[in-house]
Amino acid sequence: MLRGLLSSVQIALGAYGVGLLIGIGGAYGKLYGGPIVRDLLEVYTTIVRAVPELVLILILYFAGTDLINRVLEALGYARIDINGLVAGIWVLAVVQGAYSTEVLRGAILSIPQGQIEAARAYGMAPMLMLRRITLPAMLPFAIPGLANLWLIATKDTALLAIVGFNELTQETRTAAGQTKAYFTFFVAAGVLYLLLTLVSNRIIARIERWSRRGMPAVSGSAR
Amino acid sequence: MSGAAASTADRPAADEAAEAIHIENLHKKFGALHVLKGVSVSARDGEVVAIIGGSGSGKSTLLRCINCLENPTSGIIRVNGEEIRLKPDGHGGAVPADRRQIERIRTRLGMVFQSFNLWSHMTLLENVIEVPVHVLGIRRAEAVATAERLLERVGLADKRDVYPAFMSGGQQQRGAIARALAIQPRVMLFDEPTSALDPELVGEVLKVIADLAKEGRTMVLVTHEMKFARQVATHVVYLYNGQVEEEGPPEQLFGDPRSERLKQFLRNVH
Repeated sequence: MLRGLLSSVQIALGAYGVGLLIGIGGAYGKLYGGPIVRDLLEVYTTIVRAVPELVLILILYFAGTDLINRVLEALGYARIDINGLVAGIWVLAVVQGAYSTEVLRGAILSIPQGQIEAARAYGMAPMLMLRRITLPAMLPFAIPGLANLWLIATKDTALLAIVGFNELTQETRTAAGQTKAYFTFFVAAGVLYLLLTLVSNRIIARIERWSRRGMPAVSGSAR
Repeated sequence: MSGAAASTADRPAADEAAEAIHIENLHKKFGALHVLKGVSVSARDGEVVAIIGGSGSGKSTLLRCINCLENPTSGIIRVNGEEIRLKPDGHGGAVPADRRQIERIRTRLGMVFQSFNLWSHMTLLENVIEVPVHVLGIRRAEAVATAERLLERVGLADKRDVYPAFMSGGQQQRGAIARALAIQPRVMLFDEPTSALDPELVGEVLKVIADLAKEGRTMVLVTHEMKFARQVATHVVYLYNGQVEEEGPPEQLFGDPRSERLKQFLRNVH
């Protein structure tokens, strides 16, 4: 089961990281891209957020790997066995990316425009501005949404059980089935998910405090 | 500076310094709104040009066109003799043709905003060294030394590690001036630097700006502070409805205005 937890965390971290990169690109594309880029991203975020994740996972996992193999065969290469971990990360990253696109787009819009304007007025190139001004300045506005996404990512890994990937839920099911101690194992799995969330919350709180270092405390909130 | 109502064009050029800012026949439209209707203004090295005018006269837009924070619809803008290359944007306006050129020109212009616009996730010192280190490529230790000197100068040495949100408006604006000075700009651009300040904080900011004027810095200043404009400016431009209505040395513009509209404007603001 601990091995399952480890792969769950691995997938969640990977999917979240890749999802964030998709989200940054997506948010930028939606805000500053041309009409075609914007339309394509709109289609992406709408479809991914509309279709149940379970269905998406089945589509992306089975159809996706099949597609890759067909392409490989058509090009004259041998079929490959796609690593479950990598496939899991990509499938969840596509889902995470759609949500983080919207979270980050909102956060970027929350930055006081004057700060962006000051960066332009001092000759910052777009990539430098993204790295030095836009991303750090939007972070305090993005953290609550991104924290939610992280917690969802940790639990979405359970959906990969459906495609037979040995993450926490799947391992639990196997163990419970073999020992017939269903209650014990599933409660244990629940506790592990809870612990993961509690640890995450501690880390998120630290990141949030750091990201809000330049902001006065909201009255009543502990700092 | 002669007492005549001389436009920049017919002022004797031989004994004058080089042109730092040259704007010729600048037009700016926001959709159907024609904000600037062929404005020509210039600032020579060492000059302090004050741009005054009523609300909606286009004075802030004019200033913001100099570093292309607003893209002009048409016209010529030269900074230290280098003309900003513009290309049509496909909607009847213009955009900078070369991103690197405009970025380079911007690093010669120290802009000070009405609402300060310090970066909120950085301490004051980090704000001041940001552009020198990351845009101009100056070594960090050197940038910090310069920044400390500048903060000392604007009276904020003790605030170097404070975040902008924890400073007063006057302190933030003085910090923003230090940030602008840190890039060693050829020209300082001030966009109504005291308009967002509480009355009791205006003085401390004006004093810093007046000191800069005294040391012969080239500045273009959009302001509502008429007394201040009269004190520090070497040349005053009165904009009315997107056009230069009258310009000249401050004694003349404030002491003996010719245009009816300027007379009216000065009566209203005093």
